[in-house]
Amino acid sequence: MVVAEERAVLHGFKGHDVPEFDVIRSCVHCGFCLPVCPTYRVTGRERSSPRGRIWLMKSIAEGRLDLLDPLFEDEMTLCLNCRACEAVCPSGVRYGEILEASRAQLVQHRPQTAKERLFRFLGFQVLLGDMRRFRAANRLLRLYQRSGLRALARRSGILRLLGMEHADRLMPEISDRFVVADGSFYPALGERRGRVALFVGCVMGTSYAHVHEATVRVLTRNGFDVALIPGQGCCGALHVHGGDPESGRRQARRNIDALGSPYIDAVIVNAAGCGAMLKEYPHLLRDDHDYAERARAFSAKVRDAIEFLAERGLSAQPGPLPMTVTYQEPCHLAHAQRITRQPRALLEAIPELKLVEMAESALCCGSAGIYNLLRPEMASTLLDRKLNNALATGAEAIVSANPGCMLQLQAGLRARGERIPVLHLIEVLDRAYAAAPATRPAEALAAG
Amino acid sequence: MDRQALQERLLRIVGPDGIIDDPDELLVYEYDASDEVFAGHHRPDITVLPRTADQVQEIVKLANEFGVPVTPRGAGTGLAGAALAVRGGILVVMTRMNRVLEINERDGYAIVEPGVINLELSQLTQPRGYFFAPDPSSQRACTIGGNVANNSGGPHCLKYGVTSNHILGLEVVLPNGERIWTGGPAPESPGIDLTGVLVGSEGTLGIVTKVMVRLTRLPEAVNVLLAAFADLESASQATSAIIASGILPAALEMMDHLTIKAVEAAFHAGYPEDAGAVLLIELDGLAEIVAESADRVVELCRGCGATEVRVARTPRERELLWLGRKSAFGAMGRLAPNYYLVDTTVPRTKLPPTMRTVEELSREYRLRIANVFHAGDGNLHPLVLFDRFVPGEIERVLRCTTDILQYCVDVGGTLSGEHGIGLEKRDYMTLIFTTEDLCAMAGLKRSFDPRELFNPDKVFPSGFSCGEVNAIRQQAMAKRLGIEFV
Repeated sequence: MVVAEERAVLHGFKGHDVPEFDVIRSCVHCGFCLPVCPTYRVTGRERSSPRGRIWLMKSIAEGRLDLLDPLFEDEMTLCLNCRACEAVCPSGVRYGEILEASRAQLVQHRPQTAKERLFRFLGFQVLLGDMRRFRAANRLLRLYQRSGLRALARRSGILRLLGMEHADRLMPEISDRFVVADGSFYPALGERRGRVALFVGCVMGTSYAHVHEATVRVLTRNGFDVALIPGQGCCGALHVHGGDPESGRRQARRNIDALGSPYIDAVIVNAAGCGAMLKEYPHLLRDDHDYAERARAFSAKVRDAIEFLAERGLSAQPGPLPMTVTYQEPCHLAHAQRITRQPRALLEAIPELKLVEMAESALCCGSAGIYNLLRPEMASTLLDRKLNNALATGAEAIVSANPGCMLQLQAGLRARGERIPVLHLIEVLDRAYAAAPATRPAEALAAG
Repeated sequence: MDRQALQERLLRIVGPDGIIDDPDELLVYEYDASDEVFAGHHRPDITVLPRTADQVQEIVKLANEFGVPVTPRGAGTGLAGAALAVRGGILVVMTRMNRVLEINERDGYAIVEPGVINLELSQLTQPRGYFFAPDPSSQRACTIGGNVANNSGGPHCLKYGVTSNHILGLEVVLPNGERIWTGGPAPESPGIDLTGVLVGSEGTLGIVTKVMVRLTRLPEAVNVLLAAFADLESASQATSAIIASGILPAALEMMDHLTIKAVEAAFHAGYPEDAGAVLLIELDGLAEIVAESADRVVELCRGCGATEVRVARTPRERELLWLGRKSAFGAMGRLAPNYYLVDTTVPRTKLPPTMRTVEELSREYRLRIANVFHAGDGNLHPLVLFDRFVPGEIERVLRCTTDILQYCVDVGGTLSGEHGIGLEKRDYMTLIFTTEDLCAMAGLKRSFDPRELFNPDKVFPSGFSCGEVNAIRQQAMAKRLGIEFV
């Protein structure tokens, strides 16, 4: 038997955000997670399975593997954090939690290059730290897209030179209008059933402003007042997934301050990734004296828009929408939030709409936040697999419920020259309402 | 062993993508689903992931040339440590050989590679009206090759029989590097039944590269009932009553209070959490007969004191109940960080006293024991829960499990119902086999694998090498012939 060469110093987990040992060892390595793990399915290597990764964490905790072993970092970043393993784990191992903590450990203890530090600062602090800056950057991007600068950049080869080609391809078309949490209030239509706050977030408010508009229309039509409460920011998911929980906590506190109003029945999220994050604030802030309790109260009110509508029932009947669609499950909706029946129920509530299930609908599309920028190879393998499965259904549209997935699918379809649209489920519902009799004119919701 | 040279030659066979030799990455091949407290950590020297039978054959030839041990492995969901490379050497992971080569439902068979996942085969054949009957609880993840190696069981084996009843033929690379086919689609094949020898041999006699499996017709109707009882004893009596009535359920499973709590926490499957024990009873066959039997089963359960009997109304309800049952082992992590699986089988009539004994031993050793098992065929799975960091607990677990096994053997039971002997249970083999019995097995092993390269240190008790067997056999023979042997 091989014994790994003795190392002078074995670097274990230490400092803040240490993966909890009791969670690590709640894994009994039964292997039920293997068939649902996208990276294991692609590579067939045990190290790229949830059980293998947990074993690596355990080896570090027990001093048999060095935290700074390149193998460990490679696996912690190859993991999509899609959490499909969590949904099938009989022992309920909170995998996302220990993965995120492991990443935080790497960021803390591994020397970082100046480039990485700059990237993190620009991304996490400048861009996502304040939504005003995020929108300003989006305006610049829109200018870049519309002014002919992009065409020039693409022709000149400067993108390739800067290593930005891939990022450019993934970039969504920036909308000409943004949805901003500016205190706007949209009263319920018809009988009032409650009052909700819409979580605006980052790309949903810019590239997908039209989805926010649709969400407001669908909610008001179903009898809910919708408030766009100011002061809210980024959900913090990208920070937490990227190994910077401290910045994530800052965002969390700010959102709790802004959206913790007792006059709100629910905080509605239409981005699965953000929703999962908002629901996990209690864990993120568990050691925060002032916020731990508030985080629990806050998260109890968080609902994905789909979950909320299915839970409260549609009070207005959608009109007919004669089209065939297929549904792509966002991982953070299906696995992190375990919402799988509700999207199908809502689609089935639309007359004349036909839902054709694709194969492997719960297998990650490879988007995973900014994963497709960090691990483009695995991301595009998964995207290809996803598109093959989706297109094989013959659907006229792919329906999803998360901006990351939608961007990824749209980029993939564009590259293939496919014209079929990717729609947010709420958008589909909104279209069905538009087709229903006695539709009131769509409320204008432009801002920005 | 010239490691460098071996690596180089293996690389030429499987390519850079099919070989793992970084000692740190090999860490993740030192476990399977058994508990490391008993199975230990066993890192192979090299792991290979072949894609074809030719590659497997080349690997085995090379192992012979270099004289290094070979350990075959499927998905690593085994519970007895059989897929661990105890003596290092080459670990051959078969999961990339996962093609379904032929489905011939009219002749009732399919030919698959060993890395095909058990459930995925059934999912593939279901639209055609067929399924692969052996359904171990790990069927979502485990491979057909692993099922063959362990002669795996599963809830539905009560009616349909274990894996060996569903294997028609095998393509196997023998330890000397030759590749042969055994059996075939005919119901009976002439000559010595090598298929029968290979199924359940736990990778000690060769590596299977193709499997011809029997496909079974899906039943016309399926009915799943859930009966709740105050305690294990009354549930055990109900089990006996059902079987005695002449009804043969497709599956008849029991879960105790601890297990129910764990799986309810995992999946909210709909088990009554206050019950002391539940029976999960599946009836299948012709619709009218299933309906009739269901009524009778409900009656029998009530007669034995069932507090509640429920029928799963929708396929979704049925699925959930089964999901709960089949995830029971994996859910043990919710109760304790470690568990030891006892996999013994006793005659059905001995179930009630055995359950009583298990309860007594649990109290005596101050260890929690969760019970989930195939009541219908008397295959018990007491799961002894513990925490390896509690001083003295491991020793207590060992004494407790030995006592349970000894009791089961005493009442006419056996060591392992379906999970195999592997590494973990090999020292218990002497409880049920005499030296002569073991010698007969060892003789067979030796004729397949004279150099003892294939999955060494498995199945046979520790310290029981073929050399010793040989000596024992020679002594026995000498004694019989009345000559002095030195």
